[in-house]
Amino acid sequence: MKRLVFAALLMLVSLYCLGPFLWQGLTSLKTAADLTRLPPLLPHPPTLEHYRSIFAGHPLLRIIANSFIVATASTVLALSIGSLAAFALAKLPVPGKGAVLLLVLSTSMFPPIATVSPLYLLIRAAGLRDSPVSLILTYTSFTLPLTLWVLTHFFRNIPDELYRAARIDGCTPWQSFTRIMLPLAAPGIFATAILVFIFSWNEFLFALTFTSTTASRTIPVGIALFPGLHEIPWGEIAAASVVVTLPLLFLVFFFQRRIIEGLTAGAVKG
Amino acid sequence: MTHRKGKEGAFLFLAPALLILAGITLYPLLHVFRLSLHRRLLIFDISRFVGPENYLYLLGDTRFRNALGNTIYFTVLSVLLELLFGLAIALLLNRHFRGKGLMRTIILIPWAIPTVVSARMWEWLYNPDFGLLNHLLGFRINWLGSPFLALNAAVAMDVWKTTPFVALLLTAGLQTIPRDLYGAARIDGAGPWTLFRKITLPLLMPVILVVLLFRTLDAFRVFDAVYVLTGGGPANSTETLSIYAYKILFQTLQFGYGSAISVMVFLCVGLFTLLFIPLLRRRKV
Repeated sequence: MKRLVFAALLMLVSLYCLGPFLWQGLTSLKTAADLTRLPPLLPHPPTLEHYRSIFAGHPLLRIIANSFIVATASTVLALSIGSLAAFALAKLPVPGKGAVLLLVLSTSMFPPIATVSPLYLLIRAAGLRDSPVSLILTYTSFTLPLTLWVLTHFFRNIPDELYRAARIDGCTPWQSFTRIMLPLAAPGIFATAILVFIFSWNEFLFALTFTSTTASRTIPVGIALFPGLHEIPWGEIAAASVVVTLPLLFLVFFFQRRIIEGLTAGAVKG
Repeated sequence: MTHRKGKEGAFLFLAPALLILAGITLYPLLHVFRLSLHRRLLIFDISRFVGPENYLYLLGDTRFRNALGNTIYFTVLSVLLELLFGLAIALLLNRHFRGKGLMRTIILIPWAIPTVVSARMWEWLYNPDFGLLNHLLGFRINWLGSPFLALNAAVAMDVWKTTPFVALLLTAGLQTIPRDLYGAARIDGAGPWTLFRKITLPLLMPVILVVLLFRTLDAFRVFDAVYVLTGGGPANSTETLSIYAYKILFQTLQFGYGSAISVMVFLCVGLFTLLFIPLLRRRKV
């Protein structure tokens, strides 16, 4: 009996978490006629029409490519810069180390809306509107606090003796970083990279502000401003939602453990 | 690379990170304060120093007060519900069972789905004519059409999207509580409710407070969830501070006044953090 209740509760939680997305999946397979009547709940017959039309009639591929470029570049940049700094904060003598970490952490609390107007002016003046560079730099900066926080935590868990031994054996700080510390911190770096990638893939406010042409949009902007002639094209929006969410489902499915590790590293033990 | 004694060249390792943060986060923050003291209209290329004029105008701006009220309502209700649901899910998962990994994957999915996609998904669920919600409930309610319902509908969406994050952090927190504490208390005859109140809750409190801080800061600056779901309507009933600031900035191009609203968001968040930190500290000792 107790196990039955437990199983039922798990089902309930799963249904709550998955339900809306499953409904979106079903919607994406419905014919235009089925979209405007309920019941039936299930698409009959299912159609791939909406999937065909989002790839044929919309610049969706271009938008997905933009998101890939922006998210990948931001991740690489944030992780390279972040691991350098986190290593220094965890292993090297830095005056006012606590203050630096606190300052970095406090910048993560800045609401994006507070910096969007000056950044917009800056980017406009630099002629970087509609350029992926503007988003890459912004996302790098916005994910640096998280990156630093989580990576410092991971670097700290590597014994100091390893670093000292490398230095005594004649490695420069740079060599001990690249040859000894970086490989040891790889799991943490990977966990953080997934978080940064997902953040950059999903960010909306800056992407909306810094892009003005359809060709330069990223996924969230593309989905939010999905064009419709007379009414909202629910079937196509559903199909596009499914397509752009698939890479994230892939990440969650294969790297669930790493993601949770990264998410909880700073919050629970910090 | 030459190495300076004692310093190990630490500054060189830190420099890129500090440079980016200074340029793209700190400088704009200082600049937004400066902008907020100007009358700046982007279309007419007007920029004039007006001192505190924008802030004085804020005091009498009923739309600002409305947005502040909406933001506070949204933040308090959604964070409260997320903590309750998150705690319930965390307690449910805090045991050994087959398929725990799969369960954690399922819970992560709402968190991973882009907020904009979630908003459009829920917009479709809320659809008065063909939405699943009305179909299941047997109603014909225009969820996003009524001022009272729309804001609560936005809260429900946010709760769905962020409860997983809360649940996962709390699960991690629960795992740090030593099991033998429960065993000892059970021998002393404590029931499940007493165990929860006397052991789980106090020992989980540091994590609960961290989650509370994270979520509050996040909910207070809410933008995309509500902007895509309702656009701030109907009749500004779901307009939050971030949405109001965004509209003033980029739809009316009043950069001075819009920046003043942005600064207010920053000050609210900053004030809350400052008030909250002593609470975190006290718990840690």
